[in-house]
Amino acid sequence: MATIDLKQVEKKFGESHAVKPLNLTIKDGEFVVLLGPSGCGKTTTLRMISGLEAVSNGNILLDGRDVTWLHPSQRDIAFVFQFFALYSHMSARENIAFPLQAQGEKRDQITARVREVSQMLKIEHLLEARPSSLSGGDQQRVALARALVRRPAAFLMDEPLGALDAEFRESMRAEIKQLHLRQHATTVYVTHDQIEAMAMGDRIVIMSNAVVQQVGTPQDVYHNPSNLFVARFIGSPGMNLIEGVYRAGFVQLPGGAQMNIPYGWNTALERSLSGDGKVVVGFRPEAVRVKDDGEIAASVYADDLHGGYSMLHLELANGTIVHGRVGRDANYPIGLAMRFDIAPDMIRFFHPKTEAAIQADGGAS
Amino acid sequence: MSNIALDTITKRFKETVALDEVSLSVKDQEFFVLLGPTGAGKTTTLRVIAGLEKQDGGHVAFDGATVDTLQPADRDTAFVFQQYSLYPNMTVYDNLAFPLRSPLRRLPEATIRQRVTSAAEKLRISHLLERKTARLSGGEMQRVSIGRAIVRQPRVFLMDEPLSNLDAKLRESLRVELKHLQKTQGSTSIFVTHDQIEALTMADRIAVLNEGRIAQIGTPHDIYDRPANTFVAQLVGTPRINLLPATRLGTHLGVDKSPLDVPIPEGYMPERLLLGVRPEDIRLESNGQFTGTVALTEPLGVETILHITAGEQTLVSVVPGVAAYVLGGSVRFNLARERLHYFDLDGKRL
Repeated sequence: MATIDLKQVEKKFGESHAVKPLNLTIKDGEFVVLLGPSGCGKTTTLRMISGLEAVSNGNILLDGRDVTWLHPSQRDIAFVFQFFALYSHMSARENIAFPLQAQGEKRDQITARVREVSQMLKIEHLLEARPSSLSGGDQQRVALARALVRRPAAFLMDEPLGALDAEFRESMRAEIKQLHLRQHATTVYVTHDQIEAMAMGDRIVIMSNAVVQQVGTPQDVYHNPSNLFVARFIGSPGMNLIEGVYRAGFVQLPGGAQMNIPYGWNTALERSLSGDGKVVVGFRPEAVRVKDDGEIAASVYADDLHGGYSMLHLELANGTIVHGRVGRDANYPIGLAMRFDIAPDMIRFFHPKTEAAIQADGGAS
Repeated sequence: MSNIALDTITKRFKETVALDEVSLSVKDQEFFVLLGPTGAGKTTTLRVIAGLEKQDGGHVAFDGATVDTLQPADRDTAFVFQQYSLYPNMTVYDNLAFPLRSPLRRLPEATIRQRVTSAAEKLRISHLLERKTARLSGGEMQRVSIGRAIVRQPRVFLMDEPLSNLDAKLRESLRVELKHLQKTQGSTSIFVTHDQIEALTMADRIAVLNEGRIAQIGTPHDIYDRPANTFVAQLVGTPRINLLPATRLGTHLGVDKSPLDVPIPEGYMPERLLLGVRPEDIRLESNGQFTGTVALTEPLGVETILHITAGEQTLVSVVPGVAAYVLGGSVRFNLARERLHYFDLDGKRL
């Protein structure tokens, strides 16, 4: 069990930053996900926590103890990689037992511990098999068991599900979360998949271009993204973003529509926007309300079935496509003129230059 | 007109049967998707249509006339691959014009210019025409590859996982653009993918392939609402359909090792079967018939995936929004009876 503190941790390769100075406190027992596109610095951050990568500056504390310059093996952290990295000449049981043998544990201790983790991961029947004869999902279960067997202070996982098929990924995602709920070991998990991050994380750290964009719960980053990057990155599809011009009481949208400003935003918009009034209006697909007398005019660009629901894609006068989540029996001809409203409590505003979210009057919305 | 018909196509690679009597018919102007896991025979089907692969049995017909003896170049199909095969040192314009300047066509430059400009507009790459393709992003390169197929105005577009190399966001937007383009152009397209969401969202009709055989052909609604077997039921839909072993007990079907039961529907029902329940058809209601325990929640933003334990069975359900359910807490729910699926123990729909 451990807290992890990153204090002004940064990583430079020559002149360029892989990770710009970063501060983060991970609580004991917390599941924190580092999320971002490839090259954003998430894996480098994880490797610095593990000690596989040296920091350029800053300090890393494990349970208050400065481990910045300790060797990986002295940090009491277990690392799970995307690629299973199992020993092919050993059985699953031998693979799982290996870290304990290396530590010189007693044989009956090892046997008991291997049994315990393999029961937890439901791989007891696979213990005598060689890794090459196992499916991808089972290989990853064995790799997880090998990490768990040591009872480390913290787990670091680098896209552990990245190499699995979609069907396995879904069930392994739930299994890892279940496991975490039982063990409550501090976990830092890296992924580029926002669905995985939302589903698993107590908190999500979203990174882009070596910089942390937002730290928050799944609900925070979904409903109150700190900037346009997060708004686009979270959700599938991401948040709808329309450029408009703020006038007292309303926003002028492409095609001349006037969208009324919901209660609680006027002062904030007056204060935050530049003189030209340019603003980005953001709203999630489920905030779109198709109505005959809706404020905003659009034409049908396409619609499609997603299984339990459909997505209606609407084109505004300036070519912007707005995605609306609708009932699964939607069937509209392309080009049909339609109107819609945006659910007022789901409207967000962003500054077009700084790309930062505007906070509603009186602080958080 | 471009009707494409495959009649009992069989294709072997040495000992392996890649396609086993595959028959299907693609209508003029249809967006037809071949969906299946790796090795199902999707790409082989596409290559047989293009003439890049010669079938061992059966016939391919375009508009009612067999093309079995025609060379690929004489079949008038355009292929779009997962890997964009562009000439890096040529501009986007020259890449698009290339197929029209080939010795087979040698169209006048004025016609070429008109076709290239029009394709570039449709694909929103007009501003890139003078750029070298080596300097494009992945999404832009795939747009150019698709453009190179469009300018040829072929009888049919054959697309082999054209979006699978792109990142999730780009794939999402290009998916919608491609569908819009296909519908407004009225072109006939056969699109191969292993991604069920691409198939559901883009297709007029889907052929699901499994181990070289057709598992089902139907509209996205058909495939999702009336899967022909458990293979199709599990392939389509996320989270995956719940398949619960059940036993006939008098007037009810009882789910094994759980308090769940449903009335026996009309028609034949064997003693033992599998009950299929889509996650959205588990309805949380305060006066629901069944009681379960929350085992896990996965908040996705727009909806929350809820794992509910009832007896020894765990059901996966989805509820709208960010739901505040306590782990270990009790919930009541109903099953949407009109939307249940019944399969025999071999997986065949009853």
